[in-house]
Amino acid sequence: MFGSHEVPTELRRRLAIASAAVSVTILLLVLRMWSLQILQGEELSILSENNRIRLRRIAATRGRVVDRHGRVLVESEASYDAVLVPEDAIDLENTVETLAHFLRQSAAETSAVLERAAGRPRFQEIVVKRDLEWEEVVAIETHQTELPGVSVNVTPKRYYPEGETLAHVLGYVGEVTREDVENSDYYRSGDLIGKSGLEEVFDEQLRGINGGRHVEVDALGRELRVLDKVEASAGQTLVLSVDLDLQRAAEDALGDRVGAVVALDPNNGDVLAMVSRPSFDPNLFNGGIRKSDWKDLIEHPRKPMTQRAYRGQYPPGSTFKFIVAAAALQEGVINPFTGIHCGGSYRMGKRDFRCWRAGGHGRMNVVQALAQSCDVFFYQIGQKLGVDVVARYARSFGLGAPTGIAIGNEKGGVIPDRAWKLENMKEPWYPGETLPVAIGQGYVTATPLQMAHAVAGLAVGRLYRPRLVLSTEDVEGKAITSLPAELVGGLEIKPAVLEEVRQGMVQVVNHPGGTGRSAALEGVVVAGKTGTSQVVALGRKRIKAQDLPWQHRDHAWFVAFAPAEAPEVALAVLLEHADGGGGKVAAPVAGAVMNEYFRLKQSRGAVVSHVQD
Amino acid sequence: MFRIDRRLIANVEWPLLIVTVLLVACGLMTILSATYQESQPFSSFFIKQAIWAGAGFAGLMLAMFFDYRLLHRYGYVVYLAAVFSLLLVHVAGTQAGGAQRWLGLGPVSLQPSEFMKIALVVVLATNLHRWAGGARLGLGRLIAPIVLFAPPAFFILRQPDLGTVILLGLVVFSVLLVAGLSLRVVLIAALVVGPALPFAWQQMKPYQQARVTSFLNPQADPLGAGYHVLQSKIAIGSGMLHGKGYLQGTQNSLHFLPEQHTDFVFSVFAEEWGFIGAVMLLALYAALILRGLVIATKAKDNLGALLAAGLTATVFWQVLINIAMTSGSLPVVGITLPFLSYGGSSLLALLTSIGLVMNVSMRRHTY
Repeated sequence: MFGSHEVPTELRRRLAIASAAVSVTILLLVLRMWSLQILQGEELSILSENNRIRLRRIAATRGRVVDRHGRVLVESEASYDAVLVPEDAIDLENTVETLAHFLRQSAAETSAVLERAAGRPRFQEIVVKRDLEWEEVVAIETHQTELPGVSVNVTPKRYYPEGETLAHVLGYVGEVTREDVENSDYYRSGDLIGKSGLEEVFDEQLRGINGGRHVEVDALGRELRVLDKVEASAGQTLVLSVDLDLQRAAEDALGDRVGAVVALDPNNGDVLAMVSRPSFDPNLFNGGIRKSDWKDLIEHPRKPMTQRAYRGQYPPGSTFKFIVAAAALQEGVINPFTGIHCGGSYRMGKRDFRCWRAGGHGRMNVVQALAQSCDVFFYQIGQKLGVDVVARYARSFGLGAPTGIAIGNEKGGVIPDRAWKLENMKEPWYPGETLPVAIGQGYVTATPLQMAHAVAGLAVGRLYRPRLVLSTEDVEGKAITSLPAELVGGLEIKPAVLEEVRQGMVQVVNHPGGTGRSAALEGVVVAGKTGTSQVVALGRKRIKAQDLPWQHRDHAWFVAFAPAEAPEVALAVLLEHADGGGGKVAAPVAGAVMNEYFRLKQSRGAVVSHVQD
Repeated sequence: MFRIDRRLIANVEWPLLIVTVLLVACGLMTILSATYQESQPFSSFFIKQAIWAGAGFAGLMLAMFFDYRLLHRYGYVVYLAAVFSLLLVHVAGTQAGGAQRWLGLGPVSLQPSEFMKIALVVVLATNLHRWAGGARLGLGRLIAPIVLFAPPAFFILRQPDLGTVILLGLVVFSVLLVAGLSLRVVLIAALVVGPALPFAWQQMKPYQQARVTSFLNPQADPLGAGYHVLQSKIAIGSGMLHGKGYLQGTQNSLHFLPEQHTDFVFSVFAEEWGFIGAVMLLALYAALILRGLVIATKAKDNLGALLAAGLTATVFWQVLINIAMTSGSLPVVGITLPFLSYGGSSLLALLTSIGLVMNVSMRRHTY
């Protein structure tokens, strides 16, 4: 049969209905075109002729940063910015020049504005100057007719009420770079972005979500009416582990000296204080730092922009000895009663390796050797252990690699071993190189954060990753995320060994012959270890710090934890190129910080019990 | 099997072919305008699209001259190949604009989700043709189409490309409808939901619309999207009755329009050709779609009828959604305008679809 109609009737009926539906739908589209092009055509034509619709950004308020007790470290306040829409400036160059006159801008700044305006859609506004003075706002408002396309926008700016305090940790904000804009859906040129510290790492949480509004503007760019509007939503609040009081105390204890202090809670890794001196005022960066200010910061001989606490890498010197002691006891190289004689130097091959005490310490066991920081004792056990074993233990205490704290560009220091030297220096390890390593010199370097981390590990037998941010909250203070303490791992060292090493460190502070007695506190047993690390080899000479040029002076270290029997706080103090050894200059700083820690604890406890009464 | 006898030549589906050629020409012309710069009148977009159009007509010929009834046997193979290509995109695809949709093959990159549109219609026709037009499709018959819809929907959602998934869903729905889904249920649903959607959309506050848009298309800056729709409406409306003239669209040349050669190509066209041009373009689409449905009605068998109807429905939904979207009646979901929007895979797939429909048409008198 000639089957032109084999498709069932029902199917054909349905196809006919479909055809009718299609026809109706297309007709509806025609009606939509009629409505847009004929009925609203006139009105939309006017809008298109001199495209008068502008999308104006409503900048989200950047989130706050508070300390563990809710005290504000960073917040946002209003900034009045001069903005320009090139589309509305009748004569762009002329407008920019007139504006420069009112804003007291230089010719270079003016041409920079014009440069930014080029190569962007003409209806997009550009920020000419942030954070205007009140007179400048008034000048723009009153001279509006001379300044077509210019308006004053209120946007949030960053305010750091504590100034230099915690500046390296908080970081600062600055204008986005071209790459930032290309790599993100969020940022447009002219926006502010976190440039360093927590501002950078937690930028996504802090920045919030921008809103905006469609506005119709007149020929001068002034708003005639708002067509629609999407409100911005503010960024999250970061709650830090830092205790502002302790932070201030640590800064005061360092004073004008160059160095770093890191205080951790060994039981969870919380960073209670993190100081790097000298510091800078992040408020300077608001809305673009002035060239002269930037030059001052960069060319300052003591480098205030350097984050010494987690980016400064220094030979740890004798503070490293607690790790070597633990290694030797655990490996069975010595036992708690093993005595080693120190005659002031140790001969290996043709070289004499000297102890810091020229006359020698006599016979001493491990506790005594730690208490008096005897170099000869550690040369010998270091030699017996070998560099690879020392390195293995040092790494188990978190040295030689970044701790993983949530902040950018952390340094990891160096823990040398045979493989490291072969790879980095293309040379085999020489036995004589092991001895300096045993006293934390040679190639060994660590950051103050790493040393605090390591001594916290010794204090409790486990390592927690240093934690700066406890949680994030929304504007109302409701928790959004909380970042739990993170256990990196337990130390694979017998409790008895750890106890022996801790005992040695208690003696450092509490024994009459200890090197760190100036860190002792009343009523709390402190355990610690001093360190004085050489910056330049002095050969046989013994020269007082005061007689050396600053940059050749030794670094002074002190690491500590307290109370020794149930540690609550662990810290590392580093004084760069100090005018004395660790016991003389670093230990008192540590003592002052710990003293403040226990004083605060007591006064807070008192307040709590008072409330409970 | 591949017999190309005289009867076939005599039965070539000229009306559909002519409408298609006209639409492709409109597309090339509009892309030229959308990407026009005085320094370089023929943009790389235009040149690439022209080459793809050539490839597309080759695809159309190929799709026309084999016997579509082979799909009885190979329908599932076509489907599996398409799903496999989506899997490849998932594991080895290239990214652009935040989505992973393309497969790089030497100098060209293909977007397999475009070909999935054809493959889904093919497999549905293969699956449903035995029952189509007979007794009402019971629930049991719906299982297979839904199972066939799921894998491509999953992969395309992951790209992510919600617009295409919605389109595939509408295509499945259309084919089921034609094949025999209970009309009463569908009519009630369509009568309630259909007109309600654009109406509800216009009733919503801007921030609510922004929420919907950002839900549908998380990549889009909700504010930016609102701005774009506004600018698109200004472009279309300012075309008025006669349009501003070819290459004279100001909205387009001043870069107020986003994606002016892809999603918003219709705005460029409507601005330059006005209401008259827009109606003529809509008439071309109407002709294409209605002709496709006529071919379905006259098809020799159910397979052909469902094939023609499904492929036509694919074009219909894209036209409807895209134009409604650019004229501000639907949220921006990133569905392109058939034959006009820039996009090689899309054009190749569309012309291949037309070839298949012509194939059905040509064989309505053969045994």
